[in-house]
Amino acid sequence: MSLIGATVKRDLLLAARNPGEWANPLMFFLMVAALFPLAVDPDPSFLAKIAGGVIWVAALLATLLSLDALFRADVEDGSLEQWLASGESLYGMALGKALVHWCISGLPLTLMSPVLGLMLALPNDAYGALILSLAVGTPILSLLGAVGAALTASVRSGGLLLTLLILPLYIPVLIFAASAVYHAGIGMPYNGQIAMLGAMFALALAFTPFAAAAALKLNLSR
Amino acid sequence: MTAPKRASQIELTATSLTCERDDRLLFEQLSVHVANGDLLQLVGPNGAGKTTLLRLLAGLNQDFDGEVLWAGEPLQQVYAHYAHQRLYMGHLSAVKRALTPIENLRWLTSQWNVADDLLWQALEEVSLAGYEETACQQLSAGQQRRVALARLCVCPAPLWILDEPFTALDHYGVTWLEQQLERHVTGGGAVIITSHHALQGIHSLRQLELGSVHS
Repeated sequence: MSLIGATVKRDLLLAARNPGEWANPLMFFLMVAALFPLAVDPDPSFLAKIAGGVIWVAALLATLLSLDALFRADVEDGSLEQWLASGESLYGMALGKALVHWCISGLPLTLMSPVLGLMLALPNDAYGALILSLAVGTPILSLLGAVGAALTASVRSGGLLLTLLILPLYIPVLIFAASAVYHAGIGMPYNGQIAMLGAMFALALAFTPFAAAAALKLNLSR
Repeated sequence: MTAPKRASQIELTATSLTCERDDRLLFEQLSVHVANGDLLQLVGPNGAGKTTLLRLLAGLNQDFDGEVLWAGEPLQQVYAHYAHQRLYMGHLSAVKRALTPIENLRWLTSQWNVADDLLWQALEEVSLAGYEETACQQLSAGQQRRVALARLCVCPAPLWILDEPFTALDHYGVTWLEQQLERHVTGGGAVIITSHHALQGIHSLRQLELGSVHS
């Protein structure tokens, strides 16, 4: 258990030393929201309709941006080999890495989202749904993404491959989350969508670390 | 500074190991036995399979024929225990360039829960006093290697498996490491090492020549 804690601590420290790692996706997220009204239509009644969807698409793409490097550095510098040598479970490693990834991508996105809502004239009733859907939805993105990042960790320029692998798995999350925000905006209940997201989160939490661990082992056994 | 020596029983036995890589036979029917006080050096030309054998003995590679036993039990069955009893250092040092030596060392030894003041002493031991708060990317290759080697001073594992530990070390570093190896084996530990460096003056040195079975 101590190594998992030490790794989470070390990776957060690394993120603090390299602010670009987490600031880059965040800037991207902000840019999309800033440019959208300029390019399409600044009319608030129009923006209000699409705001939830735009924010979620931007969040999803920003997450994809930061996924590529999740395991690559650890494979290249031998950290992963040390992990395997320590005899600690790779399940814990994958879970820890997904947690760190969420802390530096999903969490800032969630915290920043009300600002984007404001920029895109999100209806007042929809803020709760937006934050809730991001808080439940972005961990799913990190967990699923960890599987893809583990599979492509030793592939040179695996970024495209990673996107192709993971994007289809992200689509259900996107559909339910955007729908929750939209329905909240027009005053309808959205607990169904949030419950679906919660179920997906529980499933992802239980199973994706196994898949990521197996993929990491594959990278190392050569 | 000496690491606390323990009288843990070391018994690593590998029998009839055969390993192929890309249709090339690296070694065949190889047997290795390592016990307390042994220093085993794997020698051979580049590509002879030294690292492969080392990873295999460390339990990191299971793609081979034959058997590796730790205290009489198959390695994979007692792996969690074995992992605590042996220290594996690959030729990749696992040192993060953005972190300071002490931060790196904390991670490298986190498995053994080593007290922080021992880690500071270990850095002093490898002549990195004064660099504790410098990011590793500003250190030379040899100094980065010393960061990784510093864990030898504090790690309680009796069996060391080291892949090319002399790489990038200067003259003093080499002497220091030789002393560490000798102290470890005379203290009852055991070392398996790959190196092109001629290890001198170590009494219990044995060499295993690889690369003579090329097909």
